[in-house]
This record gives sequence, structure tokens and C-alpha cells, in this order.
Amino acid sequence: MDKKFIISSSPHIADHESVTKIMYSVTASLIPAGIAAVYFFGLRALWVMLISIASAIIGEALAQKIMKRPVTISDGSALLTGLLLAFNVSADVPLWMPAVGSLFAIIVGKQVFGGLGYNPMNPALLGRAFLLASWPTHMTVFSGAVPRGGTVSGIDIITGATPLNVLKQSKEILTHASEYSITQVTQAHDAVGKLYDSFGHLFTGQVGGCLGETSVIALLLGAAFLMYKRYIGWKIPFSYIGTVALLSWVFGGTEGLFSGNIIFHIFSGGLILGAFFMATDMVTSPVTFKGRIYFGIGCGIITVVIRQIGGYPEGVSYSILLMNLLTPVLDRWTKPKVFGGDKKS
Amino acid sequence: MGLFSARSFSGGVHPSDSKSLTNKKPIEKLPLPARVIIPLQQHIGAPSKSIVEKGTQVRVGDPLSESAGFVSVPVHATISGTVGKIEKRPHPLGLNSLSVVIDGDGEDTWNPDIGYQKDYLELDPKEMIDRIRNAGLAGMGGATFPTHVKLSPPADKPIDTLILNGVECEPYLTSDHRLMLEEPKKILLGMQIILRILNAKVGAIGIENNKPDAIETFRRVISELNLPFKVFSLHVKYPQGAEKQLIKAVVDRTVPAGKLPMDVGAVVQNVGTAAAVYDAVAYKRPLVERVVTVTGNGINEPKNVLARIGTSYSDVFEYCGGLCEDVGKIIMGGPMMGLAQSSLDVPVIKGTSGLLLLNEKESRRRQETTCISCARCIDVCPMGLMPKMLGAFVKHNQFDDAQAYHVLDCIECGSCSYVCPAYINLVHLIRFGKSEVIKKRKKAS
Repeated sequence: MDKKFIISSSPHIADHESVTKIMYSVTASLIPAGIAAVYFFGLRALWVMLISIASAIIGEALAQKIMKRPVTISDGSALLTGLLLAFNVSADVPLWMPAVGSLFAIIVGKQVFGGLGYNPMNPALLGRAFLLASWPTHMTVFSGAVPRGGTVSGIDIITGATPLNVLKQSKEILTHASEYSITQVTQAHDAVGKLYDSFGHLFTGQVGGCLGETSVIALLLGAAFLMYKRYIGWKIPFSYIGTVALLSWVFGGTEGLFSGNIIFHIFSGGLILGAFFMATDMVTSPVTFKGRIYFGIGCGIITVVIRQIGGYPEGVSYSILLMNLLTPVLDRWTKPKVFGGDKKS
Repeated sequence: MGLFSARSFSGGVHPSDSKSLTNKKPIEKLPLPARVIIPLQQHIGAPSKSIVEKGTQVRVGDPLSESAGFVSVPVHATISGTVGKIEKRPHPLGLNSLSVVIDGDGEDTWNPDIGYQKDYLELDPKEMIDRIRNAGLAGMGGATFPTHVKLSPPADKPIDTLILNGVECEPYLTSDHRLMLEEPKKILLGMQIILRILNAKVGAIGIENNKPDAIETFRRVISELNLPFKVFSLHVKYPQGAEKQLIKAVVDRTVPAGKLPMDVGAVVQNVGTAAAVYDAVAYKRPLVERVVTVTGNGINEPKNVLARIGTSYSDVFEYCGGLCEDVGKIIMGGPMMGLAQSSLDVPVIKGTSGLLLLNEKESRRRQETTCISCARCIDVCPMGLMPKMLGAFVKHNQFDDAQAYHVLDCIECGSCSYVCPAYINLVHLIRFGKSEVIKKRKKAS
């Protein structure tokens, strides 16, 4: 018999996962939030997403061609980065902005470091940070994108500012009440009360903000799918959200310590999007059990610090970017215990 | 992380067990081959030394060689006939190896010394061990470590527990399963002998709960024979048949890294080995045949066969209806740890638990892409290692780093490669890393 047999080392079987499948699954999990964005912010949101995705894919192909690397745009990772970047801008930004952001995310955030798997920081968040630093007005003013059936703030007495912005301003007024007029203080007090009653709007997404971050229900639907498929674990999102909840309860209220409204803080400011879809990015988050917990806690602390003390009302994207940089260190500190090994390895 | 159930271990994977091809098929006796090829090395340790020459007449059970050193066992004639050439022949573990070829006379004449001895349990444990060694026993789960060595622990390592390995966690394989169903008595009596040799108190049998019939059979036969053994039903998970994982699952003891089961007072033996121990001690019968599962989509009639050691693959496959047109890969052992074979002229040896034939489509390897740090390899590693890091270290020749990340603790189960979505063959890299670290260590000393 002259038949030649295939020789390879074990194992000879594999399960049915692939990097491509993971990337497309994560993309698919974002579709509900994408649909919500189009519903609430109009067709403009769709254009932003399409332009962002197209730029990401073209940018990846161009960069790989120039660097003489194999073109891997079909693996779905550029698609995902493009979509996530679009989720991180307002629906009314000039259409060149998502294009610029995506190109920056893919070329500087990813290909410069060697492409998929080698980028130290989440490319989409890096693209967002770049846009925020370069064109802060476009990135922080959401008054042009009024959600269908609601207001940007989610309440009727104030328009133009996002919920977290309203809270931040009101808190400033309430904690320094003597420096403001009685009308202002009363208004601020009313606003906070109404904010805390507006969970329905926060949950459905009838508030202003980046186009993909507002609809909590749509995001949670996608997150549940990813958890069911085990493409994301519970450790990072739960430790992240748990930390934000705890610290916001303690420090985030307008009536001193322990007066924060936990649900309001969790549902606003892109935390759900960040905790389930950005902090869990496999490449840039830790690989160990404990490392992931610490990573989530770190993200939570930085988010609350920025929200409470920093200049921005939101803090999710910077907190994740900063923790991305700590990922290699966390992995080294939290090596798993070897079977039968000493406690410290 | 301490969250695993009491009857399992942490980490591991759940491949489809694919056992339904053969698990209902009784063991069939393979017709006597006209010729057998018997490698002088079928165990881990020093190759045995031939004591026959061309033309020597041999009966079944006659020794063909003597062991060379303590960690070595002899091989025996498995058909009666005439010794032909003694030459290098293709070996299942790769390369060529000195082998004795026997041309059969078709008579199947056995060595007359082989026979039942009623009072075998009265024998001195030393005599029992000698019989086991002279019978050429080596671990039949596939690792082929000489059995008598495992049964001779140093005096300062008392053994209190014997664990019989009926896990058969490799997908496809059913040889142990069938043996447990068809020869439970032999296995249990073998177990009794081993317990006596070790002077151990506890006898435990670990069986995964995808073999409820085997669990039931064992419980029944144990009570019939009035033996003090206990059967543990284990959750199905690979690699539960690995010694350290099995000990963890059954008696919840953790063998320290770099140590052996005897360091926690345990010895693990495969069920097939236990049956062979009974034959060796009660009958003085050497290991001349074993159950082999012939299975997969590349063989026409998957079967469990009782094959004489030294039977060539082509004889085995012919009995099983021949290979399919689109066969792509022949694997000795299971799909997770088995070895791909290059030729049909290779013989069945003591460690051949199965022959798995994959078709071309199943044999195809996928193109490796880059690691995305998904950490699935780390989540499944039963030894608590970081395969992703080890693979990267080895790729960059950073063997000192690999050693610092405990590369030598790897048991090569292949779970990491199995789950890798980037198709990186991590265990392959790790094996290479281990060999380089060991080489370096030898050079240094």
C-alpha cells in the first residue's frame, strides 16, 4: 500500500472555536445596541457606524499592505474595532470624525504594534481618546443628538446635557449651595430628584450620549449572549461594575457620603458598554483569574475618581486604557498556582 | 480555584467522547497472525536484551529477552513458531527499533509452565513481584511504565491506597470499558493481588459516569466476591485518567509538583494492567495479548479486538473490514495524546490501547494565527500552568523563562492545544521546551 498518512503531533482533534468566530460573535452581540442607536438617534447613527467600520477595514488593509504583512481583514477584528469606535462617538459628529478615529485606532492603536494580539491598549478606546483630545467639543457636546421620545438628559426640565453631566453640575451647586442663588439650588435639587426617577429612560436608551452606549437593555442582551457563549467571563465586568457601584454609593451622592444612587451610576456614562465589551477585550486584559478581578476593580476605582473628581463626567474609557497598560504587570503578579505547587510561584 | 466538584479536578476539557462507535461491541479474538514483530523495547526504561537467535523454536509465552536493569521488562513470544530475523523495524513510537520477528507454525502451542495455581494468594509478595516482572508487565493505559517498579516503592514511602484507573478519558477508546464489562472478576482479583503486594488498605476504582454499565458491573461483582473495594463514579472530563488528576478526583489528595503518587501514599494502576497482574501471578502467564479498540471514521468496521502483541496494523485493519478510501491519519492511542503512525507494518505493542483512523477531512490541520490572549488555555490547564506564556517563551528560545513558568510540570495532555482558537499547537511547543530545559539541566550537572 503506497498510501501516505498524515503525521502531526497530538492532539489530533480540536474544539470548534476560532479567532474569527469570536470576533464575529462579539460584533453580532453589538447589533441590538446598534439597532437601538438607529432607532433613537436616526439614520445618521447608521452612517456613523458604516463609515467607521469601512475606515477601520480599509485602514487595516492599507497598513498591512504597506508593512508587507498578510492582509487579515476577514478575521473580523477590524470590523469590531470600527463598530466599537462608532459606539463611542455622538450620532451628530461630522462624518469625517469616525473615519479619522477608526484610522487612528487601527493604524496607531493596532498595526504599529504588530497587529491583532500585540496591541497593548484597546484600539477603539485609543481612537476615542485621540478624538476627545483633538476635537473635544464634538466629543463632549451631545445636544445635537436628541433621542427619539426623550431628551439628552433623560429629564424634561433640562436639555442639552447628559445625565452624568447634569448630576455633576447639580452636585457642584448643591455642595456649594451658599455660592449659588436659591433658584439655582432648587433647580439642582429638582434635577437630581428627576434624574433618579428616570431609570426607564436610562434603561431603554432615551438619553443623550455616545450612540452605542445609551441603551442598557440592548447592551445587556448582547452581553448575555457573550457570557452564554463564554466569550466573556464574569470576572472583569462584575468586579468593574461592583466597584463602581460601591464607590458611587459612598462618594457619588449629592447629600454627603453613602447617598449615591447605585443604579443611576451603573446605567449611565457608558459603563455597561465599557464593562462588558471594552474592558473584556481579550488582547488587552489579563489572562489570570485574580488578574481579571484586580483589573475590573482598578477600572472601577479610576472610573469613579474621574467621575467624582476629574474634569470629565464620564471616566470609563480612560480607566480601561490606563488599566490596559497594567495588564502585563497584573499577569505577572497573579500567576496561577501550579498543581501541587507552593502558594507562591 | 477550589470551585470544582468533589469528584473531579480543576481545569480540563470536554471533547465529544465518540465512544459509541465501539462501546457496545464485545471484544473479538483476532485470528492468529502468520507473523509477529516484537520490539525489544515496549516499555519506558532500558530496552531488554534478546536471548534468542534466528531459527530458535518458540512457544507462546517463551521469553525472547531478559530485562536490562531494574526499570526494564522482558518480551515474550506471542505465537508459536520460529524466530526469523532480529533486526531494526519501524516502531509505533517512531524511528526503528530492534525487534524479534517470529514466523508462526499455526499451532498456537503454549509454554506448558503456564497454568492456574490455586493458592496464588499465599505467595510471598516478592514472588508475586517477580512473576509480574517476568511476565513483562508494563502499564497498559498507554504510558507503559514497568509495573513491578511501581509496585516496589521505597520503604520510607508507605502506600495506603491503590486506585484502579477505569476512567478511559481519551475520546474514542473503549478497550478498558469493554474489559471492565467482560472481565470484571479478573480485574478485581488482580487488584486484590496488587493490594496485597503494596500492603495497602484502601482499594478504589475510578470510572467516569459515561460508563454506567461498567460502574454497575463492578459494584455487583465486588459484592459477589465480597471484596472491600469502592467504586467512584466521576464526572466526565479530560484528562481525568492522568495520575495526579485521578488521585485528586478520587481521594482528594494533591501530589506535590515534581513528586510522585507514592509521595501521597497512592499507587495508580490501569484496569488492563490489573487483569494482566492476575494472569501473571495466578497463571504465570506473560503479557502476550491485549485489547485494542480499532475505531474512527477511517475504518470500515470499528471493533474491539483481542490482539497478540506484535500483530501488524495491516493484519488488524484487514480483520476490521479494511481502511476507508479517504483515511488520512492513523493514531496509536486516543486523539488527545496518541501518536500519528506512518506505516501499516508497525506492530501492536503492550501500550496500544487503540488504533484510531481519522479520515482526510478530520486530519486536516488549520493554519495557525496569532494569540489573542483569550486565556482559554490557562483556564483549562489541569496543572495550573500558563500555556500561552510557555508557548511564547519556547518560540523565542527563552527556555529559562519557560522553566521559571514551570514548563516541566506539564503532563502533555494537550488540553491547551485543543481549545486554542488561534490553532497554536501549544503542547507541541511545550514538549520541545521541556526537552530543551532537560538538556540544559543535564549539561549543567
